[in-house]
Amino acid sequence: MHDSGKIIGGLVIFVAGLTFPFWFTLAAGQADYRPDPERPTGQKHCVEDTAYMKAWHMDLLDHWRDEVVRNGQRVYLPDKRWPCSRDEDCTGGFCQQGICRYDMSLTNNCLECHRSRARFCDRCHDYLEVKPYCWDCHLAPEEE
Amino acid sequence: MKAAVSLIVVLALVVLAYLGTGLGQAGFIFGIVLPYLALAVFLVGFVSRVLGWARSPVPFRIPTTCGQQKSLRWIKHDRLENPFTAWQVIGRMLLEVLFFRSLFRNTRMEMHQGKMTHGPSKWLWLGAIVFHYSMLVVLLRHLRLFTEPVPFFVGWIEAADGFLQIGVPVLYLTSLGLLAGLGYLLLRRLFIAQVRYISLLNDYFPLWLLLGIGSTGFLLRHFVKTDLVSIKSLTLGLISFSPQLPEGVHWLFYAHLLLVCTLFAYFPFSKLMHLGGVFLSPTRNLASNNRAVRHVNPWDYPVKVHTYEEYEDDFRDKMVAAGIPVEKQPQPAAAAEKE
Amino acid sequence: MAKATFDQMEYYDPQQIAAVSHRPPAGGWMDTPVEFRPGTWIYPGKAKHLEYLGLPNPRDWAVTDEDWKLPDNWKEIVLKGIRERLDKYRSFKVFMDVCVRCGACADKCHFFIGGGDPKNMPVLRAELLRSVYRNDFTTAGKILGRLAGGRKLTIDVIKEWFYYFFQCTECRRCSVFCPYGIDTAEITMMARELLGLLGIYVNWVIEPVANCFRTGNHLGIQPHGLKDTLEFFAEDIEEATGVKVDIPLNKKGADILFVTPSGDFLADPGTFTCMGYMLLFHELGLNYTWSTYASEGGNFGLFTSAETIKRLNAKLYAEAKRLGVKWILGGECGHMWRVVHQYMDTVNGPADFLEVPRSPITGTVFENARSTKVVHIAEFTADLIKHGKLKLDPSRNDHIRVTFHDSCNPARAMGLFEEPRYILRHVCNNFYEMPENTIREQTFCCGGGAGLGTDENMEMRLRGGMPRGMAVRHVQEKYDVNQLCAICAIDRATLVTVCDFWAPGVKVTGLHELVANAMVFEGENERKLNLRLEPVDELREEAGNA
Repeated sequence: MHDSGKIIGGLVIFVAGLTFPFWFTLAAGQADYRPDPERPTGQKHCVEDTAYMKAWHMDLLDHWRDEVVRNGQRVYLPDKRWPCSRDEDCTGGFCQQGICRYDMSLTNNCLECHRSRARFCDRCHDYLEVKPYCWDCHLAPEEE
Repeated sequence: MKAAVSLIVVLALVVLAYLGTGLGQAGFIFGIVLPYLALAVFLVGFVSRVLGWARSPVPFRIPTTCGQQKSLRWIKHDRLENPFTAWQVIGRMLLEVLFFRSLFRNTRMEMHQGKMTHGPSKWLWLGAIVFHYSMLVVLLRHLRLFTEPVPFFVGWIEAADGFLQIGVPVLYLTSLGLLAGLGYLLLRRLFIAQVRYISLLNDYFPLWLLLGIGSTGFLLRHFVKTDLVSIKSLTLGLISFSPQLPEGVHWLFYAHLLLVCTLFAYFPFSKLMHLGGVFLSPTRNLASNNRAVRHVNPWDYPVKVHTYEEYEDDFRDKMVAAGIPVEKQPQPAAAAEKE
Repeated sequence: MAKATFDQMEYYDPQQIAAVSHRPPAGGWMDTPVEFRPGTWIYPGKAKHLEYLGLPNPRDWAVTDEDWKLPDNWKEIVLKGIRERLDKYRSFKVFMDVCVRCGACADKCHFFIGGGDPKNMPVLRAELLRSVYRNDFTTAGKILGRLAGGRKLTIDVIKEWFYYFFQCTECRRCSVFCPYGIDTAEITMMARELLGLLGIYVNWVIEPVANCFRTGNHLGIQPHGLKDTLEFFAEDIEEATGVKVDIPLNKKGADILFVTPSGDFLADPGTFTCMGYMLLFHELGLNYTWSTYASEGGNFGLFTSAETIKRLNAKLYAEAKRLGVKWILGGECGHMWRVVHQYMDTVNGPADFLEVPRSPITGTVFENARSTKVVHIAEFTADLIKHGKLKLDPSRNDHIRVTFHDSCNPARAMGLFEEPRYILRHVCNNFYEMPENTIREQTFCCGGGAGLGTDENMEMRLRGGMPRGMAVRHVQEKYDVNQLCAICAIDRATLVTVCDFWAPGVKVTGLHELVANAMVFEGENERKLNLRLEPVDELREEAGNA
């Protein structure tokens, strides 16, 4: 008594399940899709380095929220000391003693440059199946 | 000692990943060559191991019965603990595979003032359930990095797993479950004298390896963040067979990946094959209907038996003397002499 | 009185044995050689029995000899034997591969509980063989050896196998708790087959096998002897009940062939159970027969090899065919039912010359036995009681406060739980269960199954019997239980000692002894004596005073 049919059937299911990402993605034909978030034009820099923002922006926003809500502190001094001579250099922030500083606000700061949630935030978030709860409270400017 | 050796092996793998990708430029090997190799070894190894088991037949139907048999109509048959039909077997197997039924029965023998008790003991069951289900959920959650578009259920799993909404990104319960389950399994192996006595290197190594995978993964999510879009571009490249090595990914990611590759390659040669074996255990996956449905042994062969004729030849005179009926009457001594 | 020796119960002290430690020793198990302490091992199989059965390497030898007189190529024989069994048994292959050493089985084994020897933890018992498997049959083991848990096959390993695989009663309790259903009985059976290839058997198993092959039963009772025995029982029956029973023997044209373990012919209290069957069948007017050729229900082949199972079991169908019966009824026996339920049809079927069993009294068709055509006497009697076919007066057993011991094999290889209990409740008014984790599928072995029930193995029997004995003592103290009912001939032989040692005062009985004592027979006498020819009034008085 070998039950070969059942065992081979089981193996087929197992291998099919295990290789699910392969055939699912290839069947969807989107394996070479890479998200391309819309970058604001005419701006010099974000509050921190792009590489840092890619990995850590959620911590930054989380930190801002706590500072504002819990400590009443609204001014952010970036780790990266962007030198400036006037407010326009600071991309939405303000220049003080030759260094950019920012208002710790998603709506009033971040979303001033990144005006579309769909074309900026969601592109990577959808790609990585991330569902931040920013939007439970905030609205993106273009959706207003 | 065995625990220390296997821990050192796992740490050495982490160091290797650091040397290769943190200091060196061996991303191609760690990010592309090894994953392909590990997956190939896993698939071929797993399938051939199961087929190896399948090649050996099941000569006898030997279920361990853990409930009332099906006999007289008015006696309640325990369908799941003593299955009689294929569907009942499936039910029993589902209980075994999904809920670790047998382990749930676990008892602990204790002596109190000369009295022996066998009380229930569920810790091992709990630790095993927590670890295995956390592992499953963690694997499913990882689909977000391996599929495009990401299938709908992954989002559901993430939402359920992170429902406490602690931290950014949210802390998943199964991240903790995985580490806690593994930690428990390791600690009991180290501190229960009997379990330590039976433990081999092969028992500690997978535990350390999985703990390594879990903790590097945990670090990457919460403490050593790196650009996930780049990582997903690597994985999608791998699964579409056009791999490209992204720039600027933290070496810890490669350590995580190397440990995962090690697990995959090690799997088919280890006790972790219980994943496949649990389905093939003849004491669980057979119906106990032996007296109703004949089971055939493919290698059955004729054996030398003591036939009734031989038996009667041995004892005929005594049987006749005792008045026990015989097939062949003994020849009277006189008649035998004449011939 | 002469001082007791190691093969006598009196030699041992229950308190001392109960003070067992379960702490493993300091050194690793691979480096701890086996120590042959008298009272913990069994005498080897004698050459004449091996010769008679045509088994390899017959010779007379002693376990304590340095040289076990193995064939020169013993190692090759064993490794080839392992390979062959890996290819023949998926169970063996899977069980060698999937154990994760979680240790859930450890305190489930009666020998580990009572003895504390870590190699009696089922997991480690299996590792004794698994370590050799890893070393010689797995890639990792071949390369890494000891690092991968491998161990070289040496003479010491063989001696260790002999010691520990004859300290397993194949009771399967561990397999109930194993998350992968790993069955140590299966591993022990493989190991015993491997030892058998080298001519290593124990006499307590192989002599009954040789007897059974020749005379039809383990005890070696010859046809006329069996007739004498049954006639002797009939006399006792008449004295006790006034009923004269007939003894159909090798009767052609009977409807039913009745087969029971031969222990019931020889040793008390099994004999009383045998009388119970005779009375029951007589009262029913059943057209049945005993057979001298198939005079053994049990099958010590189960403790020897798959081939031996088949060689011994063949007689049952052969005799059923010769006598032209319709179906077979089986008596109270433990391992017999493992063989009947899980092996018989496969090894010697199909029994297409028999009819699907149907009770001639109630008309019930035993659908669950429609292929093998063998019905358990408890199924048969429970059906009779359900249909009101027996006149029962359970008050006749009122002096008995009984508990029920589930025998390993009917419990874990069959699931015969409710039938005997149903009967017991109808023939006894005082029935008390032992604690729940010691009965039904979690029942504890008597400590003497699978060919270990011999006196030279007394220490291990008492140790192995400890969990059962303690559960009996529990109900003795709590409910004044004074009898233990078991449906197994080995139980009826070995639990007597276990009870005397762990719960003195508790007697052992069979189910059908109780049935017959409670039955009201046509033309019976005043029933002043029970089947043991004890005056029932006195027993009642004793019980009343207690």
